[in-house]
Amino acid sequence: MMIKLQAKSIVFGYTSNPILDDVNFEIAPSKLVTIVGPNGSGKSTLIKCIDRIAAPQGGSILIDRKDVTKMSRMDMARYLSYVPQSSVRIFPTNVFDTILMGRRPHIGWLGSDKDEKKVWDVLRLLDIERLAMSNFSELSGGQQQKVLIARALVQEAEVMLLDEPTSNLDIWHQLDVMNIIRDVVKKKEITAIMALHDLNLASYYSDRIIMMKKGKIMAAGDPHSVITEENIASVYRVEAAVRSLSDRPMIMPLRQIREARAY
Amino acid sequence: MTSFRTLFFRSKPDASLSRARRAGKKSNPEMAHERFKFIRIFFVLGIVGLLVLLTGIVITLGPLNISVADSYSALLALFWPDHFSVDPLTSRVVWNIRFPRILGGIMAGFGLGICGSVMQAVLKNPLASPFTLGITAGAQFGISIAAVIGFSILGGPYFIIGNAFVCALLCSLFIIGLAAIKGASSENLVLAGIAVNYFFTAISQLLKYFASDEQLRLMTNWGMGDLAAFSWTNSELLLVIFVICIPLLMTKCWDLNIMTAGDETAKSIGVNAERTRIFIMVVSSLLVATIVCFMGTIAFVGLVAPHMARMVIGGDHRFLIPASGVLGALVLMSADAVGMNLIAPTIIPTGIMTSIVGVPFFMYLMMKGKRKEFWT
Repeated sequence: MMIKLQAKSIVFGYTSNPILDDVNFEIAPSKLVTIVGPNGSGKSTLIKCIDRIAAPQGGSILIDRKDVTKMSRMDMARYLSYVPQSSVRIFPTNVFDTILMGRRPHIGWLGSDKDEKKVWDVLRLLDIERLAMSNFSELSGGQQQKVLIARALVQEAEVMLLDEPTSNLDIWHQLDVMNIIRDVVKKKEITAIMALHDLNLASYYSDRIIMMKKGKIMAAGDPHSVITEENIASVYRVEAAVRSLSDRPMIMPLRQIREARAY
Repeated sequence: MTSFRTLFFRSKPDASLSRARRAGKKSNPEMAHERFKFIRIFFVLGIVGLLVLLTGIVITLGPLNISVADSYSALLALFWPDHFSVDPLTSRVVWNIRFPRILGGIMAGFGLGICGSVMQAVLKNPLASPFTLGITAGAQFGISIAAVIGFSILGGPYFIIGNAFVCALLCSLFIIGLAAIKGASSENLVLAGIAVNYFFTAISQLLKYFASDEQLRLMTNWGMGDLAAFSWTNSELLLVIFVICIPLLMTKCWDLNIMTAGDETAKSIGVNAERTRIFIMVVSSLLVATIVCFMGTIAFVGLVAPHMARMVIGGDHRFLIPASGVLGALVLMSADAVGMNLIAPTIIPTGIMTSIVGVPFFMYLMMKGKRKEFWT
């Protein structure tokens, strides 16, 4: 198997209460990978540790066998891009300038027409060209998410990290954003790694799913092997029915599992 | 801001869009963007032109009655002494009193405007100004020491000013250092800045408490915010600091754009947010300390000039930094001209006049801006 990204024994947090506890995985190129898990399982932290937004205590990230943890931020930004959950703008910025920020790792001091052309290309690709001069803060949640994805795309990194990109969106926009990500993974042959809450979205769109609990990977593989009734029960403490729908496992949560506690 | 733009770049109906496509021209949003880029450059050049024009007017004004023609002859006589003749008094007033004051006002306003815009960006706070990091309290502390205890770091003519400069700089470096240890987030910096500010103000007040009348006068004379201290020597010193600091700040304009999007985003795009923040803070503290030690506190310019610039040209620091600087210079120079001539021969200190003239103007922009959604 070809390996695009390799995470080696990532550790984050204090030893008494580790948020990430020796996390290892490998991801093939041009794949859409989702990281799922209950609240506090460390999925967002893992995304942030890969991009060194949070500094892990140990471990390394290799992309194309190159250790990005040893690179400067600017060099690393050419390999990894990141789409935050949301972005608060204190000062008004228009959509074009927001996306142009993503060219920073490639740009000269003055900026060039080439960089601006790339912004227009991505704006057209995501069909948000008409928003170019709008103020970012005045856009709807779905539009903002698209702009943030556009910014990551102009960065031209081969691995894109996303932190719960659908969490504040209605179902139409959830599908819209997921379709965009699936399309760019195919068209631009990038690898997308995203933390996601919605198990059915994860199951429907992912090539691979990593399921985490308390800073450890509990299961990893294709959706059928990960989204099982047993895994949902042990990781989420929820009894669920898993059925196959258009060849993807879909889950229906039934009831909470309350284990007896010793007092 | 959006509606300001739509005002200028109202989207045409779809017919023109398809016409443009057929003709193989740029699409409508692209045209709007091109127009916006043009307006941005036009605005910066426009206010530079306005500054030059205003300088030409202000130099003819003053408590001493010198005609417009004489003012210009006095200036030109320095370059072409054969063609222009003026009496020595006029020449001295124009060249040694008015001109340095105007130049000082321009440089101080320029520096404060620029520092305001970069401070607001790295602190992600529209309320930040060059004085958020305790510069004033530090300078005041230095002056109190010089006045009351009689201790000065630099002697001679810089007995007071030298202390103000060194203490202002030390105070802000102390704040930056404090924040750097805890992680140089914008919240840490603002909090440390406010806390240390109170501390140095308290010490100054303590010294004031024990000061004699003469010492008190010495302490209050500084700090009204006045351009009177600008002579040719001081202006030259300021110019040297400018030539060092402003290019350093300008090299970071892309990083500043990105910093306003938050530290997480900045890091993911390749900007070391904490390091950039400290760099900007140190450089602008040096610049502001130099201005403040000569001129005292004119906080308003640094707060407001970046907002005025942002209203028109948006948040791109490639244009915002120079525009904030020029607007700061315009505000400070016009306010000083009014203060000099309003009830001549009494000169109202620049700081007082800046607020009296500037605040209503800013209020007007803000109210007008709210309707146009400048503020988000």
